[in-house]
Amino acid sequence: MSNATRRNDVWITGIGLVSSLGANADEHVARLFSGGPAVRPALDESRYAPYPIHPLAPLDFSSQIPKKSDQRQMELWQRIGVHAAGLALSDAGIAGNADLLDRTHLVVAAGSGERDTKVDCEVLDKLGPRDDAALLAKEVLPSALRPTLFLAQLSNMLAGNISIVHNVTGSSRTFMGEEMAGLAAMENAFRRIQAAQADVILVGGALNAEREDLLLGYEIGHNLWRGPFRQVWERRGDGGGFIPGSVGAFIVLESSAHARARCAKAYAKISAIETDRTSREPGETVLHALTQLLSRIWSDIPDGPLLTFSGASGTEPATSEELLFLSRLASLDHETAIRAFGSAVGHGVEAHFPMGIALAALALKHGTALAPTEPSEIERPFSAAIERVLVTGVGHWRGEGLALIEAIQ
Amino acid sequence: MTNAYRDSKGRPLVAVTGLGVVTSLGQGKEDNWAALKTGRSGIRPITRFPTDGLRTTIAGTVEFLGIEPYSASALSAAMAIAAATEAIEQARIASSTFPGPLYLATPPAEIEWPQRRALYDASSTSTETGYKRLLAAARGSEWRELHAISQFASVAECVARRLGTRGLPVSVSTACASGATAIQLGVEAIRRGDTTAALCIGTDSSVQIEALIRFSLLSALSTRNDAPAEASRPFSKERDGFVMAEGAGALVLESYQAAIARGANVLGIVLGCGEKADDYHRTRSKPDGTAIIGAIRNAVADAGVDPGDIDYVNAHGTSTPENDKMEYMSLRAVLGDHLTTTPASSNKSMIGHTLSASGAIEAVFSLLTIQNGVLPPTINYVTPDPEIPIDAVANSARPAEVRTVLSNSFGFGGQNVCLVLGAPL
Repeated sequence: MSNATRRNDVWITGIGLVSSLGANADEHVARLFSGGPAVRPALDESRYAPYPIHPLAPLDFSSQIPKKSDQRQMELWQRIGVHAAGLALSDAGIAGNADLLDRTHLVVAAGSGERDTKVDCEVLDKLGPRDDAALLAKEVLPSALRPTLFLAQLSNMLAGNISIVHNVTGSSRTFMGEEMAGLAAMENAFRRIQAAQADVILVGGALNAEREDLLLGYEIGHNLWRGPFRQVWERRGDGGGFIPGSVGAFIVLESSAHARARCAKAYAKISAIETDRTSREPGETVLHALTQLLSRIWSDIPDGPLLTFSGASGTEPATSEELLFLSRLASLDHETAIRAFGSAVGHGVEAHFPMGIALAALALKHGTALAPTEPSEIERPFSAAIERVLVTGVGHWRGEGLALIEAIQ
Repeated sequence: MTNAYRDSKGRPLVAVTGLGVVTSLGQGKEDNWAALKTGRSGIRPITRFPTDGLRTTIAGTVEFLGIEPYSASALSAAMAIAAATEAIEQARIASSTFPGPLYLATPPAEIEWPQRRALYDASSTSTETGYKRLLAAARGSEWRELHAISQFASVAECVARRLGTRGLPVSVSTACASGATAIQLGVEAIRRGDTTAALCIGTDSSVQIEALIRFSLLSALSTRNDAPAEASRPFSKERDGFVMAEGAGALVLESYQAAIARGANVLGIVLGCGEKADDYHRTRSKPDGTAIIGAIRNAVADAGVDPGDIDYVNAHGTSTPENDKMEYMSLRAVLGDHLTTTPASSNKSMIGHTLSASGAIEAVFSLLTIQNGVLPPTINYVTPDPEIPIDAVANSARPAEVRTVLSNSFGFGGQNVCLVLGAPL
């Protein structure tokens, strides 16, 4: 879509990852990109039954959020994000560099923070069968709500806390809209650097899957997978659904000139990000949308092996429609392979697309695809040298996107 | 391409060709401007829900759009669509679809108390309690409508569907700077050449029990309940907090070249945008004002103007003790002695603080200020704060030739955005 005259290369120079599989990017590499067998996902199937979730791996928040007073101002969602953001800044060699932090822009994909579910329950209990809004206003809420928790709930406060804890102060923007938040955030950061509107941007998101208020928000749309764990593609026959995973995924994007000038290492480059929203009605399917997006990236798919990291959530019919798109790619005269990374880490909603791009960058750096996550026809072995990874982002309700991540020659 | 269509930095100039607004003062530019010019307040006692016993019982609500029953999401969408429709009609740019992307500033979504109650009651035979019971209710029946209004993408989805904007509808939050951020996103997309038109909207409908109590617990709200119209008093000595309010502002932005080419009536130019994030505190600015000062400086620099070129400041002016003091100090730091002769008024004295919408609404009012050659007043300015020696356009509107406006927006979480808006070339 862009016809800007200046186009800078956009490099990934820092990655901060936490999920059920590990507390940093290295632990993810060890589990996913070391040529070993398929990873066994970490799951908790009982705490929120019938909903399985992928719980956060044990990690020490103090290493990235040293002040207890800061930690107290946040609930888990914000802590996960602030922690992952700090890891990305350290990895990029930006942490502690006051001058550079002052010029680093921040772009966050966010939902909202935890409600005080205990208070919600007390209120519902007190109200009982009475439809009494006056009681709610007068007696219950003023004494039950905590001011600090309000700030922990606000969508833009993940970004606010990243600025406060890590001193990232160039600018700060928070995008919302479930998976579309992640698509918009990544696209915004990418295009600004490409068009020389920014040199360096910290971008990403977080999800705390271990919360009932979050599950409720998705279950009113019957979007969650119920029952024992199944891999993403294996849920199609039974109505589909996603399994939330606690994740924090932040990436430092940088213009190649800026990265070179400060001798920063780079994992890979982002060659394209394209997004859209279709109405998901007949004639406006996910298949149609992804096909259109791909044609904006390539008029002809270049020669060489093509690996796709699918961000399919597992909800239907979006996942089946995406699979149709991926099958058509696979039928081309290329060595291709598909990996639904949600089968390994769960669905990260706002953070899912940033997570996919981060995993693609790690795969390119380490030269290996992850082992097939399920024993089906869909995810075939892949042993070719990886030059590029296509990342898909298909929202469980709305939003479609593609990112092309390539090795830096 | 000639230089006439580019700014001093060689970027495509960004024109404003359509404006629309809804506030507690009414629907549309005409009613709003008439009220602003006469210094009328839209702040009233809250009737949407019982307020007995609450510390704050007033707000600037929008009750005339017929959204029953109230839900924040439905009202946000309705106001956004009303404002955008007015802007699009003025721009004469679209019939069934808008030829560009949507950038929407909107408050975070959530399931509200009436819906939470409805879910709880739907499972009355359940032996479960608390969230287990809510989840059982959610599982047990269809809640498609509730789902469609309680997603974070809901308001943008509704607006995009109705107005036929292109591509991914973008929802953004930078707290009380969100409306200005939505405009900045449109400006940047046009400057990149990604699009020749963008629809930028800020909307907010947060006057519900829980949000009111939350802001009240932060001691952010005025408690001057006895005289609602006099509660918001920016820059006054006895200011005691902001007044929550609702509304929406919409702007059609176009590349100046595309606007001229199609013979559009150019209402103004977005000359520059500046941002700076604060790392000091979750609800307070850094005492030395560096982040706010940085945002103002960046906007002025981005616009390629001198601070001395600013004719009028459309202030953030929330009427909280902290904000107004910091804003004055920061303006003084950037504008220097020029501030002495530069009027700076706050629309919030009349419409209250429209939160996510304020940056967009106040950009609309800034352009109306340029267009009409009249400065809207800061009302309730009875006892000036001696620490804020500023020309606040006290109590009555004033004629003035205005070519360049600085519009400020500062948010909780330290997200500061300033715009420099100019007269048509």
